[in-house]
Amino acid sequence: MSNSARVESPLEHADFAGLAALKINGGVILREAKLLGHLNLRGNANDPDFLKGVKSALDLDLPLAPCSSAQNANTTIMWLSPDEWLVIVDGVTEAAIEGKLRQSLRGHFAVSDISGAQTMLEISGKDCLQLLQKSIGYDLHLDSFPINKVIGTALAKSSAHIRRTGEYNFQLIIRRSFADYIWLWLQQSSKEYGLSVTL
Amino acid sequence: MLHIHCPYCEEYREEEEFSVVGEAHIIRPLAPEELTDQEWASYLFFRKNPRGLHHEMWAHSHGCRKFFNMTRHTVTYQILETYKMGQQPSITTEDTK
Repeated sequence: MSNSARVESPLEHADFAGLAALKINGGVILREAKLLGHLNLRGNANDPDFLKGVKSALDLDLPLAPCSSAQNANTTIMWLSPDEWLVIVDGVTEAAIEGKLRQSLRGHFAVSDISGAQTMLEISGKDCLQLLQKSIGYDLHLDSFPINKVIGTALAKSSAHIRRTGEYNFQLIIRRSFADYIWLWLQQSSKEYGLSVTL
Repeated sequence: MLHIHCPYCEEYREEEEFSVVGEAHIIRPLAPEELTDQEWASYLFFRKNPRGLHHEMWAHSHGCRKFFNMTRHTVTYQILETYKMGQQPSITTEDTK
């Protein structure tokens, strides 16, 4: 038995590398943005010191408007609730960034590394809107769901946070324990459009 | 399906995202040991069941996961307002005060 620890995405068994090699030309394109660092950050948005501390640790202003997000080269912050944010960073860097946040924040706050609890799927392609319309009860028109908006919603009776990154590009943050169920759901619902997996 | 305005997400969402929690504005007694059994039981178990306006607590469980309050008509299902925790309803009747 090997002594080295091995990290696995919750969708390791789906063999995305093998599926990507099939080079299917589908209307829905799925990619797992696996093994990223996910940090849950909680604190008081009305406290200027908290905002300043986050800014100095992440070099990014905390998005305060409901359902908004902020992004720079290697960090994305998503608004989850008035006192809760999800910070997504490159894999392996999350422990260092958690330490940085703890150093620059004072008082009543919480930072939790939840990288192992969830995973991110990116869906795109010309038919991805139809696929999402089957799965969530939210209006996907650009007026109600503009680029960079983040919503927490019910996705196929499970929950997900969905961020729009382009007119036909979405990020789904799903729970580890529901990852297989959602993978099956996405395969079945995208059958009529064709599903192509990329790496 | 009800279309419910979440006061924290500041927009309307589908009922599927929410869970109903029960009657709102129930205040825990400050000195439970001084209450009679009847008063304690009524705090713990006895709830209003009005025909008409009702203030109830809901949770946006698939969204921001915050609790909030709602004034709803129990006969017509009409939602008159939703408001944040800690706030008081602006629409009341004699019965709901």
